[in-house]
Formats: sequence, structure tokens, C-alpha cells
Amino acid sequence: MFHLALKMLVGDRAKFLMLLGGLFFAALLMTQQCAVFFGLLSWTTSHLSNIRSKIWVVEAKVEQVNELKPLRDTDVSRVRSVPGVAWAVPLYVSILQARLADGNFKPILCVGLDSASLVGRPAEILSGRLEDIRLPNSVIVDDLALQRLKTPGGPPPKVGDIFEINDREARIVAICKSDRAFFGYPYVFTTYDQALQFAPRQRKMLSAVLAEPAAGLTAQETVDQINRNVPGMKAWTEEKFHRDTIIWYFKNTGIPISFGVTIILGFIVGIAISGQTFYGFVLENLKNLGALKAMGASNFKLAAMLIAQVMTVGLIGYGLGMGAASLFGALAAERGNPPFFLPWQLVAGVLAVILLICLLAAALAIVKVGRLEAAVVFRG
Amino acid sequence: MSIAVHASQITKGFGKGAARTMALKGASLDAPLGELQLIVGPSGCGKTTLLSIIAGTLIPDEGTVEVLGEILTTLSQSKVTAFRRRNIGFIFQQFNLIPTLNLIENASVPLLLNGISRHQAERAAEAMLDQVGLSGRGRHYPRQLSGGQQQRVAIARALVHNPRLVICDEPTSALDRETGHQVMDLLKEVARAPDRSVIVVTHDPRVYDFADRIAEMEDGRVLSNQPASHGQPLAMTG
Repeated sequence: MFHLALKMLVGDRAKFLMLLGGLFFAALLMTQQCAVFFGLLSWTTSHLSNIRSKIWVVEAKVEQVNELKPLRDTDVSRVRSVPGVAWAVPLYVSILQARLADGNFKPILCVGLDSASLVGRPAEILSGRLEDIRLPNSVIVDDLALQRLKTPGGPPPKVGDIFEINDREARIVAICKSDRAFFGYPYVFTTYDQALQFAPRQRKMLSAVLAEPAAGLTAQETVDQINRNVPGMKAWTEEKFHRDTIIWYFKNTGIPISFGVTIILGFIVGIAISGQTFYGFVLENLKNLGALKAMGASNFKLAAMLIAQVMTVGLIGYGLGMGAASLFGALAAERGNPPFFLPWQLVAGVLAVILLICLLAAALAIVKVGRLEAAVVFRG
Repeated sequence: MSIAVHASQITKGFGKGAARTMALKGASLDAPLGELQLIVGPSGCGKTTLLSIIAGTLIPDEGTVEVLGEILTTLSQSKVTAFRRRNIGFIFQQFNLIPTLNLIENASVPLLLNGISRHQAERAAEAMLDQVGLSGRGRHYPRQLSGGQQQRVAIARALVHNPRLVICDEPTSALDRETGHQVMDLLKEVARAPDRSVIVVTHDPRVYDFADRIAEMEDGRVLSNQPASHGQPLAMTG
């Protein structure tokens, strides 16, 4: 019977397309907005994903990874002295100004890494050599810098090119891949000592201490040790720093509300269009459904047919919506580095929501058909 | 003479309180197997209500209904539905063909509801369409047919699962005289099977000639139910 149920629905082209359109639009809106939202959130934690350390030790009042407050250089030693810390290295992170060959200034995110260990180094080098970062005045720029540090009309920067940071020469020795930062500035990696040369001199220059738990300890246990033994500093596991950073953006910016409203709107539009259209379809076919009931179709059978109809349209609409959202992501990616992150959890989540919309749309119709008397077909 | 339908002292009302109206006030009817039984009477006399109760699509307030040996009034609703699915074929006044399904698909519905495979159901439906004179038109859609042809499809659908009782509600009222006669010829043919009964509700006097038996109803009661003589109910022959 299910093939007939589907044919009944598809045969009513206007209703079918309206239903499909509603579910497609809902899936597209929810996927696209969620993906952009997740993309933006992933940008807020790009320091964590690009630098990758199990333990971050920062100034005690720091609430999230993008507001690192300066520490004294000696604070590295304080962390190293804590039992349970295998090693600890300094990290410099700050926004500096790069001066290009045409005299234009561009903001960059300068990351200074411990020169001996290079802890926090880029995960993927696209060209050049990582080790050359130890050479004087050397930097590794990320792929975004190829666009952002390009002079108008000129070629993108390449290995060997030179620009200036705070009146000091910076030579590109490698190009790496990195996750984009929330403010859209390119990452420029160098050694910690070199970063202090580039940066304007201040009393405190250390941004954070990256640490590793000693053998046999978890990151959380070491974090607890540091927090007990080092006053004025706060240690975080990478996971908690990530989570708390995202929570901070939820609490302190309008981003979640703005996206949340759009996502809820997608859900409501989906329910409104699909529910109303499907209910209209059922009302129009009430006589036929009554005839099926008279011929011996049980309420269960009719409900299954209705669910099969709406679920099939839901899956098609979901597929089209997901495809369109992915296409949007791919097109946006071609034009730069968009805030678009489509994890499998989002793919599954939107599917669940679309199926929920379908069930809600079907529920109204099922109640109507359940209450339908088979004898209705004998009434004119 | 075996009885297909035995309905006894059926009452049925609609509405509540002061607005309640009684459609049936103790109607009784026996319809034998192997006959075409007409139920006739003026509009509002309770014909369709009685037919709905015999078909098991409506539950009476009082009285008993026995159809093909099963007392429907004692069965649960799900058992009545299952009984209807197996044993009763329906022909409706407005045909009630599903417009988005082709003729084979429409005619195969009762078999599919009875769990027959799609392939078998469609083959049987096509054969039944041949029998009602619609050979080669199985892939057409109802909108491509005349009213008479649509009613033939409805007949094919009603008979495809070989039911023992065929219920027809005003099967000719939407048809012209000649087409109506063709449809009644078909139903008469169907009713010739000794283990089958066809019950037709109608107020179309043009079809009285086809009846084996005619029950006259008025004001919620069956006044008479007798073999049709000269194609007229007794009350009409005076």
C-alpha cells in the first residue's frame, strides 16, 4: 500500500511541491544557519585548535582564550616548578600590525613559540620548512595571510618574501594551514624570542604558559595541581578552555540569540508550511481515505500510510536542503574562508528535527483520519 | 434460501439532546444470498444509514446485524474492519476512485489491503478490469474516463477480492440512463453467484427492473421486503 500512498501524494503536484518546499526551506535554513553559527564559534577557539596544548596556564582573571592578559616571564618557571608538570613553555599571542611592501598596514595575530621545542607549532606546513622558523627574523604565515598580506594587484606572498612587523623585517620561511581566527586576522608564527622583538616593549610580555602533564597524570589532575600551587594564574585543560570560551560568547554576545532566532524560525516555518499543507492534503483526500477505511483499512494502516508519505517528502526535502546548504558552504569556501562548519552531529540533528516536523505534521492528519467515520463515504 | 444479511430491530440516532434525530427506528431486513436486493425509499428515510450499519461502517444504537454468519454488533471494531476487508465490496455513489492512481492501482486496493503482493494484486486487478469491459485501459487515470467507465472501475475494485457481499450506494445516480442500465446489468451478473449477495440503495426507479428483491423504507423503518414482481416494489404497484 505504501507505493500507492506515495503516489497519492506525489500525484497532487501542488501540495507535494509545497510540502517539499517547506521542508527543503526548513532544512536549508536550519543547516545553513547552524553551520555558520558553529563556524563562527569554531573561530572563537582557533587559538586552541591552532596551538594545541593539553594545558593552558593564563592570568587568573582570564575568562576565555581570546582575552589573554600579560604575565611575567618568570611565571613560566612557577608553572615548571609544580609537581605533576612534565614541562612548561612560554607562549606569546597578540595582535600586531604588519606593514606591507606598498606601505599599507594590516593586523596580524602574532604567535611566539618556544624556540627549543616549538610547542604550539602549526599542524600542517603547506610550503617551506618548519625548522627555518628558528632563523633570525623568520615567520611562518598561514594560508589566510596569502590573501590578507597581498598588495593590491600584486601576487600573494610566498616563501622568501619580506614584510615588516613593528619596523622589523619579517621573512616568510614557510606557509602553513590554520583555522581562522574570530577577528579574521591571519596567524603569523615565530619564535617566542623573535615575537618579543616584533612586539612593542611592555613590562609583561608572556601571554600564556603551555604545559604537559607528567607521566601517569591526567591533564585535569595537573591543572588542579597548578591551580593549588600557583596563585595569580589559572590553569585550564584544553577541553574546558574550549567549552568556557564558547559559553563566554554565548553569554556575552548577541550571536547565539541572533542565530537562534533564525534557526527557530526555520523550525516554525517548517512546521507551519508542512503541517498546514499536509493537513490540507488530508482534508482534500478525506473522502478517499474514508473509502479506504470502508474497504477495511485500519487506523493503524492509514496512519502508517500518512507517516510514510510525510516522511518520504521529509527525507527528500532534508536531502535537498542539506545539499543546498553544503553547496552554499562549498561556494563560500571558494570565495574565502567562511564561518561554515558542518559536523556530522549537525547533519544528524537537522535530520532529527526534520523528522520531528514531519511527525508533528502527520500527527494532526492522523488524529483527523482516526476520528473519520468510514460511513462518511456514504454521505453525499 | 441462505441469508446473507439479517438485520433486526435496528435503531440509530444522530445528534444529542433536543437536536437528536432518529434515522432508524427499529428497521429489520433479511437479504438472501444469490440475489440483488434493492433498498428504496424517499430521501431521509434511513436507507444509507441502514446500508452503513449492514456494511459495518456505522454502529447501531440497538438491534443486531448478522452478515454472512457473523454477528457484527458483537465484534470489536478491529474485527469488524477485518471482516469488511475480507468479505465486503463497496461501490459508492461518487465512485471514490483515487484520482492520482491509475485504474489498475485503484482496482488493486482491496487486495493490497488484504496483504496480497503488489504484483499479484495488479494482475488480478487487470483481469477484473477486463471483465468489466475496460481491457487495455489499466494505465489510464480516472479523469480520462466517462462516469460510466469510472463506475465500472469501482465495480472492478469492489469485486477484485471476490467478496460475498457487495454494497452499492446509489450506483447509478451519477450516470445517464443507458450507462446506468449497463452498470446494473453488471451488478445483476455479479449477484447471480449463489454464494454472493448484492445490496443496492437507490431512489432511482429506472433500476427497479434489475432487482430480485426490493425493500421499501419510510421514516426509519422497512415497510416491506419482497421479491420484485414486474420490476416494481409492491407499494408502487399499488
